[in-house]
Amino acid sequence: MTAVSQPTAPVRPLTRRGSWSRRAPLLPALGFTLVLTQIPFALTIWYSLRNWNLLSPGRKGFAGLANYRATFTDDTFWKAIWNTVILTGGATIASVVVGLVLAMLLQKKFPGRGVARTLAITPFFVMPVAVALFWRSAMFDPSFGLLGWLTDLVGLPRVNWLSEQSMLSIIMITSWRWTPFAMLVLLAGLQALPEDQLEAARVDGAGWWWQLRGVVLPHLRPFLELTALLLSMNIIQTFGEIALLTAGGPAFGTTNITYYVYLRAFSSFDWGTASAYGLVALVLTIALAMPALRLLSGIFQQEGRR
Amino acid sequence: MTVTAAPLGQDKAVDPGPADRPRRRRRDRDTAGWPVAVLGWLGSLLLFSPIAYMLLKSFQTETDAAAPAPKLAFHPTLEHYQDAFQAGFWAYAGNSIAVAAVSTILVLLLAVPAAYALAVRPVRKAQDALFFFISTKMMPVAAGIIPIYVVAQRLGLLNTVVVLVILHLGMNLPLAIWMIRSFLQEVPGEVLEAAALDGAGRLRTMRSIVLPLVRPGLWSTALLCCVFSWNEYFYAVNLTTTTSTLPLFMQKFLSFGELYTAQVAAVATVVSIPVVILGWICQRSLVRGLLFGAVK
Repeated sequence: MTAVSQPTAPVRPLTRRGSWSRRAPLLPALGFTLVLTQIPFALTIWYSLRNWNLLSPGRKGFAGLANYRATFTDDTFWKAIWNTVILTGGATIASVVVGLVLAMLLQKKFPGRGVARTLAITPFFVMPVAVALFWRSAMFDPSFGLLGWLTDLVGLPRVNWLSEQSMLSIIMITSWRWTPFAMLVLLAGLQALPEDQLEAARVDGAGWWWQLRGVVLPHLRPFLELTALLLSMNIIQTFGEIALLTAGGPAFGTTNITYYVYLRAFSSFDWGTASAYGLVALVLTIALAMPALRLLSGIFQQEGRR
Repeated sequence: MTVTAAPLGQDKAVDPGPADRPRRRRRDRDTAGWPVAVLGWLGSLLLFSPIAYMLLKSFQTETDAAAPAPKLAFHPTLEHYQDAFQAGFWAYAGNSIAVAAVSTILVLLLAVPAAYALAVRPVRKAQDALFFFISTKMMPVAAGIIPIYVVAQRLGLLNTVVVLVILHLGMNLPLAIWMIRSFLQEVPGEVLEAAALDGAGRLRTMRSIVLPLVRPGLWSTALLCCVFSWNEYFYAVNLTTTTSTLPLFMQKFLSFGELYTAQVAAVATVVSIPVVILGWICQRSLVRGLLFGAVK
């Protein structure tokens, strides 16, 4: 069992003073986070109800729900939502699947395993902007890129990755960056697998497939859920790769919500509409994230029961 | 469940004796057959190959680097590394170091007491508070960028490192609280009780007993915050222009029109090396901190 015990402070009645002295250490962090997240939130609501385009400064004033009407009737906005779902879903699934396979391979002892693990984790730490630029010219480029050379090698036609397969390219580089992280978390999960369960399955004559399906995957389930949650939380915010590789194109084909709000705000300078976009995106994200959040709270409750 | 990650600097309270765990047989079973070993190496090398390719190109002349086929025989040159340090590199690097260091120190100053109030001497509704911190990580960064821009403009903070420090602090704080909380939970309750019996005050217990116990965890949390701050791009590109961090320095290479592969490779290598080394150091504790707070 876990060698971890819950530290319990000596039990004493929670007097009013006592509860404030308990709360005091939490307050600076809580206050800071509240200010930094809730004030922008409130301001965004206010801006979203106003006409505010930096390019036409005369028309500043209350706009009512006009910005929201513009949001809901904007096809590109919905396309951006859809792109966000595809990118987040695709890259999360790819990273978790590849990460799981790698974790299972790198769990066993073999010569140089430590080095192999260290090499595998490296893509997660290199600067995303830097590697995106490198991938752009050295991997994706149709005439100079490594991928073009590889497709030639196996006899496939050359693909102009960033324009013909733009979404796939973004998913590829994003998954490449997040796979190592998935692998790390799942590796820890595998190491926590109780030996005796596998032993029992083996005694029962279960082959590796049944060991995997019957023992390993059920055990890994909370780890898989947590990995998917952490990954999607981060991948949903993808910005740098899109900005540097495709600039959201072609024809908004790789514009996700983050990038679309950025375009509206800092290239069309339509701050009223951009705020409405941001808010609608926020509400949709929360709606999408609710199952995930509930899952997370379920994990925490399990912990509370221990 | 056995925790097989790096030791935290404290003895594990329970260690199943040799009777429970036939160590020799276990080791035999854990050893991979050669197919697994080969596949494991192949997988790792595949993930690493774009970085290896980048290193390779960084030592080539632009002419060599423009060849689509990987060129393994070439006269290595250091010219791109020499050029990397020109064109204002050090100003950006200095900003990156300052932002990462200051924001991380502030993160720890806020996160350690908060984690204490969530794990060691928990407030009422500690779960809800933790939940609030984590949920802020789910908000799309784009939703808040306009007000942040406006407020930063009013306060005269646009194009300064101060605004980046503040936002990186906000970005890393939830993660740090989550990780430090789980490290603090691993401190056995008996240790705290013993200290209390010896008459040590709470502050003293924290300073001279608890913090030394979780020091490796704190270090890895700090390193991780540094990594995220170092690599952060969205706030940097929207709120700063000339006074900024290394991702913006990198971005300049895009505006040259044509990308110079070898030069980009060299600069990309230079800016990545510090955080890759930090990352290698803290990879194990990263997982422990993320996991054992949530999944037991």
